[in-house]
Amino acid sequence: MSELNALTIADARKKLRAKEITAVELTEACLKAADAAKALNAVVHPTPEIALEQAKSADARLASGDAPDMCGIPLGIKDLFCTKGVASQAASGILEGFKPEYESTVTSQLFDSGAVMIGKLNMDEFAMGSSNETSVYGNVINPWRRGNDEAALTPGGSSGGSASAVAADLCLAATGTDTGGSIRQPAAFVGITGLKPTYGRVSRWGVVAFASSLDQAGPMGKSVRDCAIMLGAMSGHDPKDSTSADLAVPDFEAMLTGDIKGQTIGIPKEYRMDGMSEEIEDLWATGRAMLEDAGAKIVDISLPHTKYALPAYYVIAPAEASSNLARYDGVRYGHRAKLAHGDGITEMYEKTRAEGFGDEVKRRVMIGTYVLSAGFYDAYYNRARRVRALIKKDFDDAFASGVDAILTPATPSSAFELGQEFDDPVQMYLNDVFTVTVNLAGLPGIAVPAGLDRQGLPLGLQVIGKPWEEGALMNVAQVIEDRAGFVSKPSKWW
Amino acid sequence: MSIDTETARRVAKLARIRVEDADLPALAQDFNRILGFVEQLNEVDVEGIEPMTSVTPMRLKRRVDEVTDGNQQAKVLSNAPDAREGFFAVPKVVE
Repeated sequence: MSELNALTIADARKKLRAKEITAVELTEACLKAADAAKALNAVVHPTPEIALEQAKSADARLASGDAPDMCGIPLGIKDLFCTKGVASQAASGILEGFKPEYESTVTSQLFDSGAVMIGKLNMDEFAMGSSNETSVYGNVINPWRRGNDEAALTPGGSSGGSASAVAADLCLAATGTDTGGSIRQPAAFVGITGLKPTYGRVSRWGVVAFASSLDQAGPMGKSVRDCAIMLGAMSGHDPKDSTSADLAVPDFEAMLTGDIKGQTIGIPKEYRMDGMSEEIEDLWATGRAMLEDAGAKIVDISLPHTKYALPAYYVIAPAEASSNLARYDGVRYGHRAKLAHGDGITEMYEKTRAEGFGDEVKRRVMIGTYVLSAGFYDAYYNRARRVRALIKKDFDDAFASGVDAILTPATPSSAFELGQEFDDPVQMYLNDVFTVTVNLAGLPGIAVPAGLDRQGLPLGLQVIGKPWEEGALMNVAQVIEDRAGFVSKPSKWW
Repeated sequence: MSIDTETARRVAKLARIRVEDADLPALAQDFNRILGFVEQLNEVDVEGIEPMTSVTPMRLKRRVDEVTDGNQQAKVLSNAPDAREGFFAVPKVVE
């Protein structure tokens, strides 16, 4: 039998309910794996005591026959989620020492359903980044390597710790958050499945805010089914988040029939980028063939405003970030700079924020400040919001014309080397070219592993669905998973 | 549009982030790269398009205006860098 920490949620659930294994055994296997994987720098605040306590309670629930789907399942929690009494820093120096007095809605729902937290996971600072190189805890390392080449690769970002931890079997699944691609891009870079739900499906309460109109939490797991199980436990209306939807949460798992006969899948021509690698082209064509083979009808579609998604995002997201991050002022929590004699409150703000924020966060906060400042608000911020309306309309039109889901590559490349000096910040932003449209339109999107490139690194496909139809979306992803038969794992070097 | 070091200084001030003089030219250059990239938005015809306010067509919920929480002074202050006598403490604000 393979090691317990390598199980999927679905398999572990079966074994737990059949009393073949206990939640404590499963949790111990994950804690041991995490302890031995320090080289990956994925788990930044391990919580073994909490984990074992939760596992014991889960075993008691399992024994009494009250075992929800997530009961006894060890998870990693992205550092962006506030967890009561446990460091929650958003990988930023400015939240050094912050231990929330409350639990985020997502983690509290997961814990209520019996899930176990093995620790907090590394990420890009305030979820701003695509390579996990902006974290105050240092870079996360991708467990995958290019054959025998020992060069350290990025796990992607911003949910890089979640990606790395799941791919290396340090936990069965992890929470992630996605503002422009931060669940899907890292999932694709490490060969796991990651879902960004419809905006409003999952409560944002207690999740450190980056760009409130785009942020959405979601599951990152080892299979589509695991994402479906975990999404069910994360979702639902929350009176504490006024943008959370008051809609019933369907049984997502029950919707994974693998039958997509007669469905129409759109292939957007604007996603065929200039200079796109042949491998990505081939992967996309393979995905198309898989869905066709399953009885879907494939149609070419146009999403004409695609090219303006990244520029619109780099106005809207920094604008919201500059507003959200105004709260880090050295007064209520986290870091406060040491002040010189005679310094007043303005110096306190300025020094605290200069010391506490990393370069990328400062850059985005200041860009946001600029585009919202008097005289530029209309030219930048309002224009970007208008373009955003057009981007959403592109998708509305496609769905209205009869398209059920849209297939695209997840990323423009496989995982790249850490430490590549990008002297142009815009270069890094291009990583999100296929994912960012989905956030701007508030749609659900999933990245599912579909193959390996010539260097032996995972590549993912993205499926985009209609609002609130995560179940149907995951069913399409399930078809890709079944046909791709992706079972590769990174060989253990850590 | 080009951002000069003076504009960079003003933006840093507005954002309440201290930036040393020596770092302002590089910051201005970063701004120019990002805003240059964003410039493409001017190609789009947005005539008659309303700026998006909510991505899902949903009315925000209202709740009854009543007190549901409170009396948590110790918890509210527990993470403060400087809390004294039940208050957040900051440097002198008025002369």
